[in-house]
Amino acid sequence: MNSTVALLLCGPAAFLATAIMAAAASRLAAATRLVYGATLVISAVMLTTAAGHLAGNPGEVSATLPLGLPWTGARFRLDGLSAFFLVVVNLGGTITSLYGLGYGRHESQPHRVLPFYPAFLAGMNLVVLANDAFSFLLSWEFMSLASWALVMAHHRDEANRRAGYIYLVMASFGTMALLLAFGLLAGPAGTYAFDAMRTAHPGPFAAGAVLVLMLLGAGSKAGLVPLHAWLPLAHPAAPSHVSALMSGIMTKVAVYGFVRVVFDLLGEPAWWSGVAVLLIGGVTAVLGILHALMERDLKRLLAYSTIENIGVIFTSLGLALAFKAHGMPSAAALAFTAALFHVLNHSFFKSLLFFGAGAVLSATGERDMEKLGGLIHRLPVTSFVFLIGCVSISALPPFNGFASEWLVFQAILRSPELPQWGLKVIVPAVGGMLALSAALAAACFVKAFGITFLGRARSAAAERAHEVDRWSLAAMAVLAALCLLAGILPGFVIDSLSTVTLPLVGERMPVQMAQPWLSIVPIAESRSSYNGLLVFVFITISASLAAFFIHRFASHALRRGIAWGCGFPDAVPAAQYTAVSFAQPIRRVFGGFAFRSRETVDMPAPGALEPARLKVEMHDVAWETFYQPITGAIDFTTERLNHLQFLTIRRYLTLVFLYLIILLLVLALWP
Amino acid sequence: MISQLAVQGAQMLVVLLLAPLLIGFVRKAKARLVRRQGPSLIQPYRDLVRLMRKEVVLAENASWLFRVTPYLIFAATWVAAALVPTFATGLEFSWTADLIVIVALLGSARFFQALAGMDVGTSFGGLGASREVMIASLAEPAMLLIVFSLALLAGATQLSTVAAFMGSPEVGLRVSLGMSLIALVMVAIAENARIPVDNPATHLELTMVHEAMILEYSGRHLAMIELATFLKLLLYMSLISCVFLPWGLDSGGTGPKSLAIGVAAYLCKLTVLAILLAVFETAVAKMRVFRVPDFLGAALMLALLGTLLLFVSRSL
Repeated sequence: MNSTVALLLCGPAAFLATAIMAAAASRLAAATRLVYGATLVISAVMLTTAAGHLAGNPGEVSATLPLGLPWTGARFRLDGLSAFFLVVVNLGGTITSLYGLGYGRHESQPHRVLPFYPAFLAGMNLVVLANDAFSFLLSWEFMSLASWALVMAHHRDEANRRAGYIYLVMASFGTMALLLAFGLLAGPAGTYAFDAMRTAHPGPFAAGAVLVLMLLGAGSKAGLVPLHAWLPLAHPAAPSHVSALMSGIMTKVAVYGFVRVVFDLLGEPAWWSGVAVLLIGGVTAVLGILHALMERDLKRLLAYSTIENIGVIFTSLGLALAFKAHGMPSAAALAFTAALFHVLNHSFFKSLLFFGAGAVLSATGERDMEKLGGLIHRLPVTSFVFLIGCVSISALPPFNGFASEWLVFQAILRSPELPQWGLKVIVPAVGGMLALSAALAAACFVKAFGITFLGRARSAAAERAHEVDRWSLAAMAVLAALCLLAGILPGFVIDSLSTVTLPLVGERMPVQMAQPWLSIVPIAESRSSYNGLLVFVFITISASLAAFFIHRFASHALRRGIAWGCGFPDAVPAAQYTAVSFAQPIRRVFGGFAFRSRETVDMPAPGALEPARLKVEMHDVAWETFYQPITGAIDFTTERLNHLQFLTIRRYLTLVFLYLIILLLVLALWP
Repeated sequence: MISQLAVQGAQMLVVLLLAPLLIGFVRKAKARLVRRQGPSLIQPYRDLVRLMRKEVVLAENASWLFRVTPYLIFAATWVAAALVPTFATGLEFSWTADLIVIVALLGSARFFQALAGMDVGTSFGGLGASREVMIASLAEPAMLLIVFSLALLAGATQLSTVAAFMGSPEVGLRVSLGMSLIALVMVAIAENARIPVDNPATHLELTMVHEAMILEYSGRHLAMIELATFLKLLLYMSLISCVFLPWGLDSGGTGPKSLAIGVAAYLCKLTVLAILLAVFETAVAKMRVFRVPDFLGAALMLALLGTLLLFVSRSL
């Protein structure tokens, strides 16, 4: 057994040991510090091991443990793809544990969080390492259940219970789809090992079915529309650092599952697979960010924005599939690298933003943006790092979100070379959708930062807020620095991803770190290039020049005065723009088709004393179209079947007898 | 290398110095069109100097973000404007950023401007910011689709390459280019807060967008923002002229004569575009805020149609 794999398998074992220890000792005062300290160390060790493997590029190594099913054993394997996702998972785990050291102390019921937190990390690591269907599904279910327990940490809240219930149902549905997908991949021979699946190529029909099942199974965990309904309920319900793990990291594990099966196990993709993934990705991106714009709950806004980013990632994966299916490996490598780069970036800024939301929550006790405001004065450091997260997620240069979205756009521009007509029409439309979602994301995060941190405090709690502890600030500062670093040195990330792309799409992007001035040049310099470092340097220099010039030559006089209020004195803070009113213009433009929204204004007659009222009616179209009919049908059938509970013994015997006869008939008639 | 750097530096200074003059010229032309004398051409410079000398009145609630934003807006716009070829292509640092990056840099400037609008906590700032992001959410995708069409034709998103391609004889008249040009003009009007989308001269609170966001700014801060606004207009005019009127552009390192031709051609193009803008602004009325999405939706559709045509056939 290879020593790297052995070391990496010790990690989940150590996580599980920590979980058991936490269950035993969770009521001790020092338990919080001990558990998060232990997970911090374990994740850091895992991170360095996986990063070392990714950088050293020694190929793939595997191991089999005598666990699980007796005749197969549990197989584990480490290759470029799993090493990259191990880096994502454990980088997130390390920083989240650092944040947890401080944030965890505010937890009112630590015994409901501490045992499940290390277990959740263990589950995510095991999914990425698994090399047979049985270990994969077992780890996947373990990850789902551990995160469900964390969602239910504050189960006395009715909304959390509902979120937990919907999450459980959707997670079971997803695992069922995965089970069927692996069943099809295993074929009649019933080979559970991924190595065997990789060589056995399923027929075109089976391969199509596997792709659809993966979109359902991994897609429901990642939050693809319309399977996203659970995500904005469950992610915010958990404690904030767990929300960061679920949104920033667990959705990436779902992306890993999709990539592992569709790019690795399934072999050559069918021509239509790219189309399906592209379209779903584009729709997910736009609908996710539109929902986020309409939210007034800060954490739920972030959860919806996760859906948007998952849409961007899947769009890019769809492009990679389309390129791969049409024999354009270099373009596929570009799209695939863009997707993985965005995976890494999203894990950075989404964790950062959820940490920020957690800091706001612990400082004010509020998640509702309508009751916040003015926090930039009360939480200076938190607001600064949150601002960096907002800029990064809005895909603005020179931060990291822009670098990966730029790569996605470059990949889209390779698509005219595709020979197929359907794709020729769909790709520019999807490109437009991505551009739309990027612009809406900027609008959404202007709103998130502007309403929460700027303006005047809208409640007493926001007025009294205090800066959070140093552990939390350190975790957020590390993430903010990573956002900037990945943005100004994208070439480093792209080069590290070459070991991942090469085996999966058969090509890698050209070496970037050898470019002069650390530019990134996906194809050729005359075609397109971007240099985040120089853009950053130029902006810094010109802003400093302007500031120097102003301070040298312009007036220094400064006076504080009251803001202009059209002559009305002392406008109350409630007169400021709110989260809902900020989104009103966009709701008017896009709400008609996205939410079937309708606004009605009740104007009282002139002279009447009652207030005018504005009523906004909005529908969650996905919920009403897909979920309500299903829940309705289930209710209907259970209502009917309910009679079976109250039969007499004679009738039960008749039923059993009838069933027996039917079975015998079937056996008799079976050819 | 040195001469290249000098050209790049000259270009950065040219855009900075020329931008207020361009605005002065547009205002003068508009005034003359309605038979007014109009302010002098150098009035914008005088305004800037006067603003610099004045004291800053900061709202009580303003935070550090409010004070930093003018410099950030100015820097992002200046860097973007300096990366668009004006009189010469093949600039030393043109490979730093392609057209997508330039669009995104302007997006960064807008992001901070909208935030600064919300910082003081008055209704006007929020009103301006929320309308601005609504306009941007339609203008930005339209702009990116225009970039797509250009990139499909020229095979590059690098502005120098695009300009060189558009100057070559193989371009010819194309339906998709016409659509892109109309869409680009519409986006430019919206981005620069010109009539009919927004009125740069208005001070009626309920009708303004851009002005509402910067209502609380004064003194040197306002000067920076105004200069950035001037730069943005110059940027869009340079962009239109280098992509759709690429004649006379110096292609880099061909001596002072061709540079002189480049500069003269550039000034002529700016003059023509400024007069066209003034005529257009005088001829149309400002539209209601909720007509703007229709206007920009048309730009978006035109841009998408242009891109689709190119995806279908390179010769359209």
